Formats: sequence, C-alpha cells, structure tokens
Amino acid sequence: MKLTALATAFVALLTSLAAAQAGVTHVAVAANFTEPAQEIAALFKQKTGHEAVLSFGASGAFFTQITHGAPFEVFLSADSERPKAAVDGGFAVADSLFTYAIGKLVLWSRVVDVTNGEAALKAGNFSKLSIANPVAAPYGTAAVETMKTLGVYDALQPKIVQGNSIAQAFQFVDTRNAELGFVALSQLHGVTAGTRWEVPQKLYPPIRQDAVLLKTGANSEASKAFLDFLKGPEARAIIERFGYGLGLGYAAK
Amino acid sequence: MSDGATIRAAFKGVLGSFSLDAGFTAPARGVTALFGPSGCGKTTVLRCVAGLQRLADGLCIVAGEVWQDPDGAFLPTHRRPLGYVFQEPSLFPHLSVRRNLLFGAPRHDPDSSRAKIAFDEVVELLGITALLDRSPGKLSGGERQRVAIGRALLSQPKLLLMDEPLSALDRATKDEILPFLERLRDRLSLPIIYITHSIAEVERLADQIVLMEKGRVIGAGPLEEMQSDPALPLATARDAAVTLDGVIEAHDDCYGLITIGVRGGSLTAPAPPAPVGDRRRIRVIAGDVSLTRDAPGPSSILNVLPARIVSMKPVDANEIVAVLALGPDGSGARLLSRVTRKSWETLHLSEGASVYAQVKAVALAPGRGELG
Amino acid sequence: MPGLPPEIWVPIKLTIELATITTLALLVVATPLAWWLARSHAAWKEAIAAIVSLPMVLPPTVLGFYLLIALGPDGPGGAIASLWGARTLAFTFTGLVIGSIISSMPFVVQPIRNAFAAVGDRPLEVAATLRASPRRAFWTIALPLASPGLLTGAVLGFAHTVGEFGVILMIGGNIPGRTRVMSTAIFDFVETMRWREANMLAGGMVAFAFAVILSMILIEKRFARARA
Repeated sequence: MKLTALATAFVALLTSLAAAQAGVTHVAVAANFTEPAQEIAALFKQKTGHEAVLSFGASGAFFTQITHGAPFEVFLSADSERPKAAVDGGFAVADSLFTYAIGKLVLWSRVVDVTNGEAALKAGNFSKLSIANPVAAPYGTAAVETMKTLGVYDALQPKIVQGNSIAQAFQFVDTRNAELGFVALSQLHGVTAGTRWEVPQKLYPPIRQDAVLLKTGANSEASKAFLDFLKGPEARAIIERFGYGLGLGYAAK
Repeated sequence: MSDGATIRAAFKGVLGSFSLDAGFTAPARGVTALFGPSGCGKTTVLRCVAGLQRLADGLCIVAGEVWQDPDGAFLPTHRRPLGYVFQEPSLFPHLSVRRNLLFGAPRHDPDSSRAKIAFDEVVELLGITALLDRSPGKLSGGERQRVAIGRALLSQPKLLLMDEPLSALDRATKDEILPFLERLRDRLSLPIIYITHSIAEVERLADQIVLMEKGRVIGAGPLEEMQSDPALPLATARDAAVTLDGVIEAHDDCYGLITIGVRGGSLTAPAPPAPVGDRRRIRVIAGDVSLTRDAPGPSSILNVLPARIVSMKPVDANEIVAVLALGPDGSGARLLSRVTRKSWETLHLSEGASVYAQVKAVALAPGRGELG
Repeated sequence: MPGLPPEIWVPIKLTIELATITTLALLVVATPLAWWLARSHAAWKEAIAAIVSLPMVLPPTVLGFYLLIALGPDGPGGAIASLWGARTLAFTFTGLVIGSIISSMPFVVQPIRNAFAAVGDRPLEVAATLRASPRRAFWTIALPLASPGLLTGAVLGFAHTVGEFGVILMIGGNIPGRTRVMSTAIFDFVETMRWREANMLAGGMVAFAFAVILSMILIEKRFARARA
C-alpha cells in the first residue's frame, strides 16, 4: 500500500517536472512553408513536449512586425535577406542563422506540355506566363533569372503577368488564366494535374529559406529546441517530402 | 341621363384593414362634392377615379369613355384626360412656375374645335401673373396651390379632381382662394369632383354631394335634398343647415334688406342692394328655425312662413330635428328645424302638421354670378 | 504630365482611364438598378440589394479569386475573350474595368437608390396626372430631382476605383502600361524601398481623396438646401 502510493507520487512528480519544463515558442513561418511546418510542429511536441505556436504569413510583413516588437521568438523566412537584415538590425541572434529549406522553382502548366520546359519556353506557344512579382518574392527573381539564363527573357517579357505573391502566381496558372507559370515545387505537393519541369538549379540562384532565433526568444529553451529539431533528421525528411531542397546546416556568413 | 353626360364610378376592394365599396353617378358638369369624416375613403375613391390606385373590382366611365371596367380594362393615369389637385401643392421644385404650369400642356396644337383652356385665361383667373418666373420655393402656400390648380387646368382636362385643396391652408388663405374656385366653376364648363370635410366649402361650391362613411356611399344627390334628408348625418349634425338656391325678388334700400324667393316662400335678409333677378344661394341653420302652430303676432323675426312638417328624427334624448316643406301645402323648398322634445310634445306636433316656421337668421352667400 | 518619368505618369493615366470608364459604365448600369430597388415592392428586392452590396463587405481576395475564375477560360470571361481570339479577360484593361465595376457597384447604387427613394411617389403621381408617360416622368422629373444622388454616386465610384487595390492585384497581373495602376505601382515602390516615388504617388492619392470627400460634403449640403 505504501509502495503504490509512493510510486504514484513519484510518477506524478516526474510528470509535473516534465510539464514544468515543457515550454511554448512563438514561430513566424513563411506562408509557403505552412504544411511542412505544421507536421514538424506536431512531431516536435510529440518528441519533446514543447509546443510551437505557429503564425503564417508573408515574410516581408513578419519582418516589419518583428522590427516593431512583435512577440515572435523564431522566424522562418521565405528568403535569406530578411533573416540577415534581422541579425544586422540587432533583432536576431547571429550564430543561430541557417538555411532550413531550399525552394525549388518549377515551371507548371495545365494547358501546355512543359515536360521539356526549356523547349516550351523557347517555342513560346502561349499568350501569358505567370511569375511572382520579382520585387516582392524570391521565386519571382528566380524565374526572371532562369529566363535570362536561357536567353528567352526578352522574347517572353511582353507575355509576363505578375502575381503579387507566389500563391497568386500559382492561382493564375491554376485557373488557367495564364497557360503556364513559375511556381514553387512545394505548391505542387499533392497536385497531379498538368505537366511540370523542375528548373535545373544551375539556371537560377538558389532560393534559400533561412531561419533565425530572434532576440525575444534568446533565453527560451523551447525556441532553441525547435530550431535544433528543425535541423534534425525527422524534420529534414518532412521538408524533403514536401518538395524542398535541404539546407547545408548553417548558412555561410 | 345619357352616358355622355355623366361620370360613373364604383370601386370595391380591401386595402389593409379598410374595406371600400363605394359607387356613385355624378353629372358631367358642375361641382360634385365628396363629403364625409376623415378616413371614410374619399381620397381612395378619388385616386381610383384617377387611376393612381388600382382596385381589381373597379368601374369608371367618364362622359362615355371607359377608364376602367371590372373585366380588366384599365387606362393608365397618364392617358386619362384629367386634372388632379392634391392636398399639398406638390409643385416640381426644379421647374419655374411657368414651366410647372406648362408641364402637362399639349405639345402641338390640338384641333381647335374643342374648347381650349388658354394659358393667359388661367393665369388671369387665378391671379398668378406676377409669379410666372419665380421658383416654387419662393411662393406662399396659397400661391403654390393656385399654381397647382392652374397647372392641372392647363393639361386640358375633361374632369378635374380636387382632393381637399384648401385643407392645408390657413383660414385667411382659404378665404382668399375660395372666390377663385367659384370663378373657376362659373367660367369653365368642366365637371369637378371636390373632396372636402368642410361643409362650408360644400355649400359655397357644390351642386351635388356624395356622402361617404366608413368606405360606403350613404347618399348622393343634389345638395338641398341631401341636407334635408333626416336619414343622413347632415340633417342631424349639431350645425345642420340647408342651402337653397333663390332669386332676388326685391330690395329695400331704405332698410338695407333684400328679399329672395325660393320654392314655396320668400326670405328677407340684411344685404347691400342687388339686381332683381340675380340668383343667390342662402343658408338657413336648423337651430335658427322655430315653430308655432298658429300665426304669431308681431315679432322682431322678419321671416315667418307657412310650412308643413314632412318628417322628423330625434337627435338625442331631448331634441328633435324636423324637416319642413315651405308653403301651406308643403310643396316648396325644405327647411330644417331643431326643437326640444318638450316643445314637440307640448305643441302636439307631428308629421303632416301645418305650422309656421320662424326663421331668425338667413345667411347669404356672396354674389355668385350665374349658376351652373 | 511633363517632367514625370513614365513609371509615374503611366500608372496615373491608367488609373484615371480606369476610374472614368468604370464610373460612366456604372452610372449606366447602376441607375436603372437603383430605380428598381427604390420603387419595387417585390418580396426579394432586399435580397438583390444585399447581393449588390456584397463587394463592400467581402475581402478583396475573395472577390478577386472568384473574379479570376469568372474572367478566365473556365468562366464567362473566357467565352467573351474567345470572340477576339484571346483566352481570358484577366490581365486586360477590360478585365480590370469589369472587376472595378463589380467592386465599386455598391458605392454607386446606394446613393442613387437613396436619392430616388427621397423623390418619393408624389412627384411621379403628379406627373402622371399631367399626361407624362412613366418614361417621360423618369427623365424629366425623377432623374433631375435625384441628380445630387447621382453625382454623389459618381464621385464615390470614381474614388473607390482609384483606391481599389486588392481586386486589381488579383486579376491584373501588374502589366506596365496595361494593368499597373497607381495602387499596384505604389505597392511595388514600397517593396523596393523607393520611398520618393511611393510618396509622389501616395501623396497624390491622399490629395485626391481629400478633394473627393470635400466635394461630397458640399454636394450633400446643396442637396439639403434644395429640398428645404
């Protein structure tokens, strides 16, 4: 009798200690990384007990909020400029910066056969090509670079339409308003319609999606744990499955 | 009366909680008053005649022209040759008086075989010459209503409908406009249906009266008949009176009196001299008529006329209104007399009895000019 | 506009063209609709009014999304565009006009409807008793009396189109000279941190908005005075 009571008390103590140690971290996540982030967060909680509260949105908007005191502790951006700018501005911890995913550019169409994307672009048998606004999204810049490298940019420029985000560029192609367009491979996760051409990496500068620990989370165990988890094998498997390339661990400074 | 000389209207229907079942026939000339208490349906009937309101069960034939029949024929308002004067002047605020007046006037010249109502004639008749280029916002209530009447007339109507045109005006303005309406009636041969709840307006303007109550017509006919019919509310009202059409027989300039002959007798009243033979309307209030069985002796009352009691009706527990016919044989014009029940019984009065009517006061309507 | 580089004055020109055409088209479409809404006794009238007002309440992304489908090859827009050999009405100035008409419609219908309702039945009844057919009564009485409402509607419709951003972003494609209007141009300048150009356009829009609001207040006052 006494032994069972003692054992119960001991287990209760352990559980409460574990609960006391389980923290919460607030993570700002680039919209294109929504699904993989949700899976990673669920796994994270299962394995460590910590909870990652995720917010999704545009990296530019998050950056502005962070520089104005928003209570995020971790920032998963869609690009590499903004995390760097956060570090430079003193809002993030310098040596926590790393590339968590590499965006892969894809030429996609529901109208034209783009299996041989280079040939399709050179043939130009379409009236509208959709890209993300290069000013606003790295996928847009990548698309422009691809076309320039292939030498088709000048010929195709009159046919280009810009979505203000990669999501919008996707929508233009999905509704077939544009015959084809440059989208993110992650957006085609689970999509079987149409034809696609994964743009060879050599045609455009890599779209690095960098993560960083923000100053607000510098002392948060949960935050640091999350970033560590992100670098780990389970997270990397999920990232790859969703169509991203893998980062090299720590970004070069 | 032949079809061409009448206006026939009958409307039946339910509007909200109000049930209407009213019909009447009016002559196609002169003023027919539509009279009754507020809410009795007069305006609804007029709007139905105009076509502004459409009841499925409606009949409206004006001088032989079918405006509506119960089989479904319905002439829309803008195709009916009518004029309508609303209670509030309703002038178009964005048009000048002149352009308001001419709004309904025919564009081109119609065949001149039809008597035309001329612009200058109307403007002069209504005294609005000075207002022609003003904007409606700058007119007084009386001026606006006169313009509204002129506007309705200049659309060359065959029937003029007026819905309490004087009700929204103050006493002074009413008195200012009534003579214009009398002139209108006298000068233009245009049938007018005139709604009012003022018996004074009826007496000055109307030849025929249609009495309404709670959506029904309770009596229709010449004014004198309706006023002296004991079955109708006019005769039993507190201020009951009869209006008689008479001819001036004599004038006494020495005493400032004139004598007016009506059917069955003559009545004398103080008045400025007027030409013999002129027609005048006189009004005798029931409360001013007392009765005696025998010819009375000298009295300050000038008018003592033999008459016969035609019918009677109790007004309440202690008063009775008697209908008299003038003349010893009781064949003349009708008068009303209001007496106490006590007097009635004390004098042993009854229907058919010969009496003398003492008329204490006779009111004369101002010079009317030609009748009808 | 002299002195301004094309990247500034072309969006301005496009914006003014878009707003003008949209406003004129809206006046033609919204006036009969507002008339019907003001005068009809149909039981489903307010349902129609609610549908017309939807663009006021819907987020531009929702509106833009459905417009994108409707204008595209899977919708009526594609069918119309095929008449001249194109695939879609998205990314065209015509597409923007259609999108702006739909999104600015409630701002034009509402004031005109109110103005017609304020005219009331009486002036039209009077006109009918003066031999005016319903058509003549509309043109010579109802419309002139409601004209301040039409003016308000036109001003609001124009201003709303100038400021419209979300819907245009969703269906325009931001094509310079064709669909890059002031609102999307400002967005670009801000994204590339070209504050000077952004300020020029944005400042111009603020001044314009001020002029619009001021003129609306003055129109309202004149309307109130005329009816007194």
